[in-house]
Amino acid sequence: MAIAAPQRPTSEPAPSCPLPPRSRRRGGGAGAGLGRWSPYGFVAPFFVLFGVFGLYPLIYTAWVSLHHVELINPSSMTWVGLGNYVALVHNAYFWNALRNTFLLGVLSTVPQLMIALGLAQLLNYRARGRSFFRVAMLMPYATSVAAATIVFAQLFGRDYGLINWALGLVGVGHIDWHQGTWPSRIGVSLIVIWRWTGYNALIYLAGMQAIPDDLYEAAAIDGASRWQQLRRVTIPSLRPTILFTVIISTIGATQLFGEPLLYTGISSPMGGADRQIQTLGLLLYQEGWFYGHLGQAAAVAWAMFLIIVAAVVLNSWLTRGRSRALVKAATNRGEGDS
Amino acid sequence: MTTTAWDRPRRATLGRRRSRGAGSQGRAGAWTYVVLVLVTIISILPLYWTVVAASRSNAEINAVPPPFLPGGNLLSNLHTALQNVNMFQALGNSVIVSGSIAAGTVFFCTLAGFAFAKLRFSGRNVLFGLTIGTMMIPAQLGVIPLFIIMARFGWVNHLQAVILPTLVSAFGVFFMRQFLMEAMPIDLLEAAWVDGASSWRVFRSIVLPVARPAMAVLAMLTFLAAWNDFFWPIIALTSSNPTVQVALNNLANGYVPNQSVIMAGTLIGTLPVLIVFGLLGRQIVGGIMQGALKG
Repeated sequence: MAIAAPQRPTSEPAPSCPLPPRSRRRGGGAGAGLGRWSPYGFVAPFFVLFGVFGLYPLIYTAWVSLHHVELINPSSMTWVGLGNYVALVHNAYFWNALRNTFLLGVLSTVPQLMIALGLAQLLNYRARGRSFFRVAMLMPYATSVAAATIVFAQLFGRDYGLINWALGLVGVGHIDWHQGTWPSRIGVSLIVIWRWTGYNALIYLAGMQAIPDDLYEAAAIDGASRWQQLRRVTIPSLRPTILFTVIISTIGATQLFGEPLLYTGISSPMGGADRQIQTLGLLLYQEGWFYGHLGQAAAVAWAMFLIIVAAVVLNSWLTRGRSRALVKAATNRGEGDS
Repeated sequence: MTTTAWDRPRRATLGRRRSRGAGSQGRAGAWTYVVLVLVTIISILPLYWTVVAASRSNAEINAVPPPFLPGGNLLSNLHTALQNVNMFQALGNSVIVSGSIAAGTVFFCTLAGFAFAKLRFSGRNVLFGLTIGTMMIPAQLGVIPLFIIMARFGWVNHLQAVILPTLVSAFGVFFMRQFLMEAMPIDLLEAAWVDGASSWRVFRSIVLPVARPAMAVLAMLTFLAAWNDFFWPIIALTSSNPTVQVALNNLANGYVPNQSVIMAGTLIGTLPVLIVFGLLGRQIVGGIMQGALKG
């Protein structure tokens, strides 16, 4: 298992299922074979745990969201129909959180992926110490949200923070990174960008290394400049990878939680004095575990789920044309052989 | 700065040692280094600052030209941090939690990944489709029912509340399946078949040795993710039985006014992972890139 394995062509459908389809026939005797290698025994532990702690809570969230459930006594559930959703729609904080989630998502995801693409390009060069650079760029990813945010909250301090001190050197006055509406949003986005850019760069790098060299050689022979090669060869070839990172980042952005929770210097679900960085994730936490309305929190969770589904569908649809390959690859894998 | 500049890296990935003499583009190379070094500094600076701030006094880190070198207060700050939040217990808990999750994920996902890669059974495609389909749905959205379940079992503030929900991962199944589809030799399985080996024996003596490299990568990625998991642990646990992230959340909660102590606590919580990462960084990088190709 070497670093950077070359991409498997999505063809080679055959080798996936070497075993004889039905052992009884094959062995010819007494129901041995496949029955002996109980496939369901292999998958059962996974599906039991996955079902109980993964799938069931997700589905049950929808059911809880139709009830009045309090944190003090979570076993007692009173049916309220769409009551929680009606309350949500009339809750100004919900719309505020929705807006913040969207703004922070755009502020953090767009620059992050663009920088990552450029970095991947550089990391793809044969450079001295390039595995050092790769590891170094992944350090932020290894740092936990909590640790990173606590450190950045300190760096972004208004009066004594390192960042304001450095900005002061070039004549920028003290910025209130914690409570200023846009400064705090930018600050939170910068933490996200810091943590995830290296990771995404590696994903792009993996995609770039899978692009066949002949494509570039052909382009070079045709006299394509470097920039043209990037636009005409690299980016189109990376489209499935780009779609993948966009979807993953969108999902991550929708759930943004730890950064805004800890960013203002204390652990607070308010998201700043004016709730300027309160995301849907923080609102969920606040409704459920500070106000104690679990049913209401479930409605927020379900709203987040719908937003994620919509975002994924929209992303796939926007990039569909040329990224059919991804969908195809995914289904091929899903289908396996046959 | 035209096509030749581009040729070099491309070629380099093809033939390992061909970069010499492929072209003369010193300038592009220099800029590449400048940017890479800059990005490396940005990546590491906040971590370095943690060390500096953790080893200084509160007054020193608030000084107007801030200090850039570590000072001498590290031990006393660490001591205060350890007293203020339950950091020792938190470290122990985090090791238990992340270790269990990594072990469980690797074991269960290798089992299932093997079945999906090499065995045929009815319902296989549906089950695998289900796994893949839910891979992208964040578990965070299920926290409310999960909390209700844990409350009913009386498991809130117990480690199993954090371990059980993440004991398996759809990504793990996918990752192991992709690896085993390629790496598992058919002949071995057929030989075992003919010999009449049992399921468990096949798994132990044939699948495990082949799967080991991928299992190691999955274990590292899972351990890292479990160590850093934040949302569910702060809901399921409290400061009386914290993991490292829960302890950090408490540390930031305003009870400790001293910034340098907060930084010392952050340093303790981060250091184990960074050390592991320093040692195994290349493998983790490889694992992420592989997962990317497959994901």
